[in-house]
Amino acid sequence: MNERNGFDERLRQARAREGLDKRPEGRGNLPQGPWGIGLRAGVEVVSALGVGIGIGFLLDRWLGTWPWLFLVFFVLGSVAGVGNVYRLFMPRPGGK
Amino acid sequence: MAVEGKTIDALSQFELSPVLGVFGHAVSFSQSNLFMVVAVALTWFLMKATADRGALVPGRLQALGESAYEFIQGMVRDQVGDEGKKYFPFVFSIFMFVLFGNLLGMLPYAFTYTSHIAVTLTLAAVVWVSVTVIALQRHGMHFFSYFFPEGAPTWLAPIIIPVEIISYLSRMVSLSVRLFANMVAGHVMLKVFATFVVLLGGLGAVGPFIAAMPLAVNVALVGFEFLVAFLQAYVFAILTSIYLHDAVHLH
Repeated sequence: MNERNGFDERLRQARAREGLDKRPEGRGNLPQGPWGIGLRAGVEVVSALGVGIGIGFLLDRWLGTWPWLFLVFFVLGSVAGVGNVYRLFMPRPGGK
Repeated sequence: MAVEGKTIDALSQFELSPVLGVFGHAVSFSQSNLFMVVAVALTWFLMKATADRGALVPGRLQALGESAYEFIQGMVRDQVGDEGKKYFPFVFSIFMFVLFGNLLGMLPYAFTYTSHIAVTLTLAAVVWVSVTVIALQRHGMHFFSYFFPEGAPTWLAPIIIPVEIISYLSRMVSLSVRLFANMVAGHVMLKVFATFVVLLGGLGAVGPFIAAMPLAVNVALVGFEFLVAFLQAYVFAILTSIYLHDAVHLH
């Protein structure tokens, strides 16, 4: 009896592994410790801010509008950084 | 080497210098490149040893190769789904290259090529560009709807679209900075505490006893660095698969 139950379970697992059955979609299981999350959030904010500042600075150099585009993209970069952290904790609803 | 005139010189370990004599000078073949070649060769030998033997009950080397293979295979399958199978070789190559880079750096006299932003940024750029190309291939022009979520009010478009584009570009930066910063910080700490051992050891009769404290810290740090070496390679690979998931499924 026990043997048969074990077989069904293994068959189900094997079918899921080979993609014959649909599997529930799992989403990232990154390191969940406080340090992991904290460092990740920090890196996300800084990198988005850096990209925003970089784009603003380059556009200003190109168009000669210093410092207006720099300021605009500084704000946009901060928003993107906060957005990244928000997405870190509230992943987009899966499925669709 | 580390101690020059009683100062702490923690950053010279990241300097590049040509190796292999005249040949190295001619083509600027640095120790960073040398260790990249070593990492690729080791990966190749490990995989060859795994595939050649093919024993039903694996030996040590085969078990190592198989567990690395199955680890990444399972990760890609869980993160990307069944469509992700064809991207497995890409993720596996990236993972092994980063992992061997981090681990080779733990050997004395070795060079950690993942501690250079130029290397990690190139790796991240390769990931970013391939993910974007895959998304464009699978979804065509529909890919650009990624930058404007459905249901958002249209008048917000001038704000949301630049923010989403910056956020998409920042993936490349955060992926590279995370790996680079972790490796640099770890190796600088190791070097600083190792220098403390030397400096304090020279304090006469009591020196060796005081020097035992930074030495103990360094022993713990080496263990911690091995953890970081594995963890950062894992994080790099899993983020690659998460980005692949976004490219394949495109919310």
